[in-house]
Amino acid sequence: MEVVTHTSNEEQTGPARELELYFGPQHVGMVGNFGIILTVEGDTVVRARSNPGYLHRGFEKLMECRTYIQNFPLVCRLNVMDPDPKEMIYAMAVEDLAGLAVPPRAHYIRTIVLEMSRIASHLFWLWGFGNMLGFDTIAQWAMGDREYFLDSFEMLCGGRVYHTYIWPGGVRRDLPEGFAEKLHHALGNLERMLPDYDDVFFNNRIFADRTRGIASFTRGQAVSMGLTGTNLRATGAKIDVRRDEPYAAYADLDFEIPTMDDGDSYSRAVVIRLEMAQSIAIIRQALERMPDGPAWAKTPNPFKWLVPPGETYVKIESARGEAGMYLVSDGSDKPRRAFVRGPSYPTAILTLEKLLEGTSLSDVGHIMLSLNIAAPEVDR
Amino acid sequence: MITEKKSIFRPFTALKYLFRKPHTFRFPFEQKPTAERCRGLHVNDRESCTGCGNCADICPNQAITMVEQPDVQAQPGKKNELPQVDYGRCCFCGLCVDICPPGSLSMAKDFIHIAPSPESFLAYVPDTEASGNEDFVPAAEYSIMKASLAHRLADNAGFTSEMDYSLVDFERVPMKTAPAEETRSSFVEIVKGFSEEEARREASRCLECGLCEDACPANMGISDYIRAIWKGDDAAAVRVFYEKNPLPSICGRICTHKCEEACGIGRRGQPVAIRWLKRFAADRVPAEALKQVLGAGPAQPRQKKVAIVGAGPAGLSCAYYLAVAGHPSTILEALPKPGGTMRYGIPEYRLPYRALDKDISYIQSVGVEIRCNTRVGVNITLDELHRDFDALFLATGFHVGRSTKVEGTDHDRVFQAIELLGDITEGKEVTVGKKIVVIGGGDVAMDIARSMARLQMKSYANVDITCCCLESEDIMPATREEIDEAREEGIAICTSRGPDRIEIDSGEIKGLHTVECTRVFDEQGRFNPKFNREDRRFFECDMVIEAIGQAPDLSYISKHLDEKLEKDGRRIKISEHFQSSVPWLFVGGDLIEGPDVVHAVANGYTAAKGIASFLENNS
Repeated sequence: MEVVTHTSNEEQTGPARELELYFGPQHVGMVGNFGIILTVEGDTVVRARSNPGYLHRGFEKLMECRTYIQNFPLVCRLNVMDPDPKEMIYAMAVEDLAGLAVPPRAHYIRTIVLEMSRIASHLFWLWGFGNMLGFDTIAQWAMGDREYFLDSFEMLCGGRVYHTYIWPGGVRRDLPEGFAEKLHHALGNLERMLPDYDDVFFNNRIFADRTRGIASFTRGQAVSMGLTGTNLRATGAKIDVRRDEPYAAYADLDFEIPTMDDGDSYSRAVVIRLEMAQSIAIIRQALERMPDGPAWAKTPNPFKWLVPPGETYVKIESARGEAGMYLVSDGSDKPRRAFVRGPSYPTAILTLEKLLEGTSLSDVGHIMLSLNIAAPEVDR
Repeated sequence: MITEKKSIFRPFTALKYLFRKPHTFRFPFEQKPTAERCRGLHVNDRESCTGCGNCADICPNQAITMVEQPDVQAQPGKKNELPQVDYGRCCFCGLCVDICPPGSLSMAKDFIHIAPSPESFLAYVPDTEASGNEDFVPAAEYSIMKASLAHRLADNAGFTSEMDYSLVDFERVPMKTAPAEETRSSFVEIVKGFSEEEARREASRCLECGLCEDACPANMGISDYIRAIWKGDDAAAVRVFYEKNPLPSICGRICTHKCEEACGIGRRGQPVAIRWLKRFAADRVPAEALKQVLGAGPAQPRQKKVAIVGAGPAGLSCAYYLAVAGHPSTILEALPKPGGTMRYGIPEYRLPYRALDKDISYIQSVGVEIRCNTRVGVNITLDELHRDFDALFLATGFHVGRSTKVEGTDHDRVFQAIELLGDITEGKEVTVGKKIVVIGGGDVAMDIARSMARLQMKSYANVDITCCCLESEDIMPATREEIDEAREEGIAICTSRGPDRIEIDSGEIKGLHTVECTRVFDEQGRFNPKFNREDRRFFECDMVIEAIGQAPDLSYISKHLDEKLEKDGRRIKISEHFQSSVPWLFVGGDLIEGPDVVHAVANGYTAAKGIASFLENNS
């Protein structure tokens, strides 16, 4: 293999001084079932090659062998940390192909669920990111505050991690009694905690010094590598599917799209932090404006549901960026082809390899986290 | 707020949390209850579970298998199977709960399952050592240890089925009927039948569990033909009909639809309209196309001949399946036209003659000869038939009306329902009374009452008919719709009344005296009515019709033959193929089982198999 960006000359260093280090799923500092083959020279990473595949379950192929309703419990497994957007894109794709109209109440409930999922995912990220930088307190707090959202999820749909809640035609059950209070409690708790998060972490000089200027890229680079979501918004681009092509009830709600300009690890973290506050505001508005009526438009008999032939691509803004699904129907009871655009895919394969070159070995973990990579989305 | 002024001293504000006790210190022993909708381990209510297996079909992980239960008796609408869940495969999505038609399956709030034996992960089937027995314990006794032994917390339902959010479509596509003004004074068919779009939509509700097929006396391939109708292939549906039933246009209208009573969706909603779907597909294939749709004609013709007595459903069905097997048969019918009770007992507004003729003429077209106006015992004797034919099938049905034999029933203005219905069919002049009392609460009583109501509307533009029956409203033998529609047509139904005597004054009927009937069946379930003679009621009328049931007329069986026939009570004893103790004589239809069309069709089918094998063994 040839060293691409390593600048020191071969006389002083040479291949003999390079060491291959496997940064795999068992490695301390690796979050998720993912691997990176690092070539290091001393503390400096010379080369990095992503090695996905640990979590490959063949979902896209599996979906071709299952009926439309049987796919619904499957798609949430595409991302453990942020399952609801995956349910949402599948539901939207099927609704688009089958011509199902979703009742307005379902749109609002879906919006709430998607934002809850975003918050839970961001808090989960904060746990990992804090840990990676040695900030144990913020990590524990984030995990603790996430529990309130998991409790809300459990009350809503009976599951804490895999919700199997958003399905074609709307949502699976209406909001249970007392749900709004429970969710308000979780939101209030997080809102109270956010200033403490800032004091302990985001406004802490050690954090800023550790992350500023690390693994930065420009907006142009981000676009050319196919980055979306917080990674793109950290380069100053105000791009968000919720605003640009609204789905669910986002068109009716007021919210801001936080951006940062530098495109480094610090900016990405701050964008995620600011998004949590926006999500709180979105959920509160949606709860307040929740219309009455049914929360599900009944779908046909699952054993005799033929979806008209056609193809569609739908996209939404998940916690990690644009999640999309390309679904083809041949008129039978199963999809002919399903393709999932996981926002972590370009991040983990293209961007990560580029960013790691020339960085310090001690930054590898936190760079990976700062890009908010989810291994199941890469493999699918 | 995120500020640009970063400081290493800011984190010290978190010191305030040092003075707050953490959650785990504040609530060390409190158990956090799981949520109301928790999707934990499965619970299946064995009483309401139909064993339909939809949970197993929808499970995306094939975690559910249906296991036969030797201790559970299968009955119409209930299989002797229960779901067994493999928790090594289950992903706790709950689709099984959302598809469960009776709503028996739910998921409990329990989610702990620890056991030393891997077989125990196959939960929950009763009385096997390998799988965990469901054993519910009160909350106070519940512990992880108990849970690991496959005990469950009592009254702990979590994720349960909700009808509004069920994947099952509980609502039937409504059936259109002819307007009341039109039907009240004429014999126009009331039910309009499904349009193509309606039929496809109704057929799409079927979950194909097969409960209906087990309940159908003719064991028709109901799931298959509904699937064919859903796919738009009516010809394929008709092919499925003719495998077991050569009278689809008739059964599609007047079948007693045991299938719909067994339909799993009917447990909580409206069952699939199986009968109307059959009618739809049967009507879609025109008579001329039937030959082509059903493919090759009868098999290689054989030499042995069969005579069938009675051109009712059993006789026609038997003749058809004999013809398909290549055995030529001749049906002998006493009345001018074939069809038996279907033609002479069922009014035209329920079963129009064109539907009857379509099915019968197809049976004739496959080589069945029907000799009408030939009464066995009068025009020809059984012995003569035995001489000319190799086997005989008796399907003469119940065609003689029973009488209450109360005082006054010998008056000439007291009629038998079955005879009057025949007269109406034949177009004979029927003198319609101004005030009519019908005695009886079965379907024949409803048929005659509603037929007379139409004739009254024609003659007097007014309906004055009272139906009085022994049974109370809840145990009346007539179909519910028939009772409701009769009431809509202006017929008064008086339940729990027994006839006492008919008052006749100077040769004219004045009315019917009735007494209260306090019980119809005794403790053993036998017919044994009891009356309260104090509670009397008089119904004024000028015409009385008795419709309390029909009886067979077996007078055509000669004495020496009758002596040879073994009896089972009053009925002729038969083998499983409807063969009597006289080998060449087969008996079926209402004489053996019923009384309804679909049982007769089923009898005819089985008898044809028996006759065919009898003929082959004797050749």
